[in-house]
Amino acid sequence: MSLEVPDDCRYLESHEWARRDGDSVRVGLDDFAQDELGDIVFVELPQEGDDVSKGDSFGVVESVKAVSDVYAPVSGEVTAVNEDLIDAPELINDDPYGDGWLIEVALADESEYDALVGPDEWEEDME
Amino acid sequence: MSLRKSPLYEVHEERGAEFTDFGGWDMPVEFDSIQVEHDSVREEVGIFDVSHMSQIEVTGQDSTELMERLVCGNVGAMDVGDAKYTAILNEDGHIIDDMIVNRQPDAEGDPHFVFVPNAGNDELMYERWVGHRDEWGLDAAVENRTDDFAMFAIQGPDAEDLVDSVTDEPVADLGFFGAQYADIAGVETWVSRTGYTGEDGFEVMIPWDEAETVWEEFECQPCGLGCRDTLRLEAGLLLSGNDFHVEENPRTPFEAGISFAVDLDTEFVGRDALTKQDEEGLDEKLVGFKLTERGIPRHGYEIANLDDEVIGEVSSGTMSPTFDEPIGMGYVPVEYADPGTEVQVVIRGRNKMARIETLPFLGENE
Repeated sequence: MSLEVPDDCRYLESHEWARRDGDSVRVGLDDFAQDELGDIVFVELPQEGDDVSKGDSFGVVESVKAVSDVYAPVSGEVTAVNEDLIDAPELINDDPYGDGWLIEVALADESEYDALVGPDEWEEDME
Repeated sequence: MSLRKSPLYEVHEERGAEFTDFGGWDMPVEFDSIQVEHDSVREEVGIFDVSHMSQIEVTGQDSTELMERLVCGNVGAMDVGDAKYTAILNEDGHIIDDMIVNRQPDAEGDPHFVFVPNAGNDELMYERWVGHRDEWGLDAAVENRTDDFAMFAIQGPDAEDLVDSVTDEPVADLGFFGAQYADIAGVETWVSRTGYTGEDGFEVMIPWDEAETVWEEFECQPCGLGCRDTLRLEAGLLLSGNDFHVEENPRTPFEAGISFAVDLDTEFVGRDALTKQDEEGLDEKLVGFKLTERGIPRHGYEIANLDDEVIGEVSSGTMSPTFDEPIGMGYVPVEYADPGTEVQVVIRGRNKMARIETLPFLGENE
């Protein structure tokens, strides 16, 4: 099975993706992670205004068979949370880079984003 | 230690299964998705490879007595072609394992049993049977047949039609917990009307080397251990090692809610302890519950009362694919066991409201 690795994202080793739009970074779980977890049935996310730190767990994603922490690819204040996931956590399986996004963070330190794994390298790691 | 493998391991791998270590066996956990597989069993029919289940054969003139004295159910009342759910206890009355016993046609004039403990328990049970046979001086032959027979479970409302279509024998006429030999694709199999899903269905024992031939006869959704767990939990069926464990969670059949598997009028290891508990009553028992707040209960999470005092532990929990609600089971003091009682489940340090439900979960909404 070939996994999708969009080239407009950068990646954290624990399988989160980050997509920068100006000073905002949208964060989600990558295709590999959603496939490994299987049917996702529950998410626990921070609230708008909370701060997250790069590399720290900011929430939990649960499938039928596993509980998985999700880690922040960059530090900053949470500016948006994907409320659609509360009633439809399966969006993470269906569209991990689109409707299945988790949170948006106000980027505090650009170098953190640049230090993430680039899409070409990530695609190689996935093979 | 390397994991044991089903004779169908390569077949499952080819089909794209994901595998997991279960009781020392590398078994399919998921073929397509737990939800899809779960729904196929609830709505149509699915097939499981359960070759990891242990199989112990007992024959000889004292085989009935040996069986009777080592399980809590009345094996002596079984006729040829009966299957029976019961449990193996220690002297304290605690469940070592639960299992189904089959009485097959007599062998050389003597009763012939095959019993099916859980995965990875075959050596332990074999040794227990042989040890007690020798200690009690009984005339019985005990064989560990786990690696001689594969086992499939065909489960769901359409299971009868499917199993009926692959054999000329009248397996559709079998009652619940009836069993017989049946020829499938030229292979002699043992078919029982049993299962672990809460649905109608059959379990089939097949000679190890013929497993693939028989597997291919059943054209339906292959199902892994992932949905086997969600199906059995909705049906309120116990998972050995989770809902009881002789060391980590020692429980009697009464506490575990399987008093129907016990016959105190027979003589068996653990009976004195059970008789005493039967007279004195229970302190704790297994209950079902639903979370009324968001979250998923999981094995090992604490159960608290409304004063935030810990009163028990979740033994099994999941997000129910059928009801789309978080459900679980656990042991609590009997004063909290009545359906409707409000309790809490502690999930990552936060208390989530839950309500005690009547087991099984399945049935009430159907």
